[in-house]
Amino acid sequence: MNVKLSVSDLDLYYGDFQALKSVDLDMFEKEITAFIGPSGCGKSTLIKTLNRMNDLVEGCRIMGKVTLDGEDIYKDIEVSTLRKRVGMVFQKPNPFPMSVFDNVAFGPRTHGVKSKAELEEIVERSLRDAAIFDELKDRMKKSAMGLSGGQQQRLCIARALAVEPEVLLLDEPTSALDPISTSKIEELLASLKKDYTIVIVTHNMQQALRISDKTAFFLLGEVIEHGDTETIFSLPKDKRTEDYITGRFG
Amino acid sequence: MVKRKTLAAVAVGSGKNETDLREPINSNKHISTKKISSIMLRVLVYLGVFLTVAAMLFIVVYILIKGVPYITPSLFEFTYTSDNVSLMPALINTVLMTAVALVVSTIIGVFAAIFLVEYTGRGNKFVSVVSLAAETLSGIPSIVYGLFGMLFFVLYLHWGISLLSGALTLAIMTLPLIMRTTQEALIAVPDAYREASFGLGAGPLRTVFKVVLPSAIPGILAGIILAIGRIVGESAALIYTAGTIAKVPDTALDSTRTLAVHMYVLASEGLHINETYATAVILLILVVLINAASSAVAKRMTKGKFK
Repeated sequence: MNVKLSVSDLDLYYGDFQALKSVDLDMFEKEITAFIGPSGCGKSTLIKTLNRMNDLVEGCRIMGKVTLDGEDIYKDIEVSTLRKRVGMVFQKPNPFPMSVFDNVAFGPRTHGVKSKAELEEIVERSLRDAAIFDELKDRMKKSAMGLSGGQQQRLCIARALAVEPEVLLLDEPTSALDPISTSKIEELLASLKKDYTIVIVTHNMQQALRISDKTAFFLLGEVIEHGDTETIFSLPKDKRTEDYITGRFG
Repeated sequence: MVKRKTLAAVAVGSGKNETDLREPINSNKHISTKKISSIMLRVLVYLGVFLTVAAMLFIVVYILIKGVPYITPSLFEFTYTSDNVSLMPALINTVLMTAVALVVSTIIGVFAAIFLVEYTGRGNKFVSVVSLAAETLSGIPSIVYGLFGMLFFVLYLHWGISLLSGALTLAIMTLPLIMRTTQEALIAVPDAYREASFGLGAGPLRTVFKVVLPSAIPGILAGIILAIGRIVGESAALIYTAGTIAKVPDTALDSTRTLAVHMYVLASEGLHINETYATAVILLILVVLINAASSAVAKRMTKGKFK
């Protein structure tokens, strides 16, 4: 397995508060890596660092190195190129107040796709990949705001896929959804794994266990333990990991 | 017969009793009759609504009654003479003046607001100073703007008493209004939209123009409609900057008279009070038309058509 994303000796501060403490972590190609840990442990902060969404946060200082295929994402790669290669799905479904079609076409249009036929093809393929094409094929011109929460979230995944990223980051993508929508998204992620490197933040340990290949456990800004999901959940090395996954705190 | 009738009455009565028992539990009856304070509040809010609507209706109806009988075809002749005080030149001038002033103040105001909201950090000192300045400016009496316009555009820039001097004075006057409403409208756009757009690799330019601005259009439009009201209704600031010549100007540097100024002049001359009311009716209709047109434009722009 090749290392796709690599974080080394990463410190991150919001003002005076240190949110991440010397994090070292590798994420492998075509695998699902799950970040688990209690609220405020820095897992969302780290995932936002991977496509530089933290740039938008005022007073955020980052030290260390993050590489994508060996290239430094803060030095060697243009930020819009990085975000095209590393797509992101957010905690709350956030479709634009536009039609379904325009939502998915937004990314390709941003990166210069103009031809209508090409856009239609990309939109259909992305919606198919996100397993939502059949539900939405008659509603392409309708506003995306009228969809259910679960549909909106899968639309957002389709929108992220439309720019053909290499990595897909998901920040608690199912925490605002019902169990049926959640299981649809989990199935979807399992099938996307063959083409994409996926990083997912989750509060739900069962979810991490069900879908991920690798798991990293975060506590107070540090990576306490990381490795194969099965090992972490069956034979945790650290006492704190064991306490967390057995539900003693968090 | 008699007996049957009473029976029927009893049956009806009992049926009614049954529905009485099943009275909706959420009817306001139980709540509002209990407390005097809630009755008083109820009376006060109804009174507030009544007085607001009544005041507006009274003004509109009064003007209509006084003005409509004097709307004659001769009022719409293209040239104004002292015998026939035609309002046509003033009507055309009003539309011209509104268009020029609005284009200038909307462009500058919207861009200023975009800078303040999208290109500076939240809680920035500079932003709060600019916002405070804008709020202060929008509270200044219009005659002060008129004086400034006269000193700067008319005298210093030698534009004379002209359409351009008047329009730019009005643009400055409405700029804070448009900037502040646009600012509020932009702040109200959820950050999730911006995140989504940046997350797809879009830059600030594309994010602002394709995502944020289209969502903010209804709010911006509210500001523009208020600005239209102020421009169309302005007389004090125009008398010293655009003047009172009742003629459609040949160039932007000719003096013009808008409907509001036209009304002021007619009323102060005191010779054509009836025509003044007729002019007021036309001014009312014009304001309604301009507002309807701007909402129609905004509706088309927000129909999900933007790409």
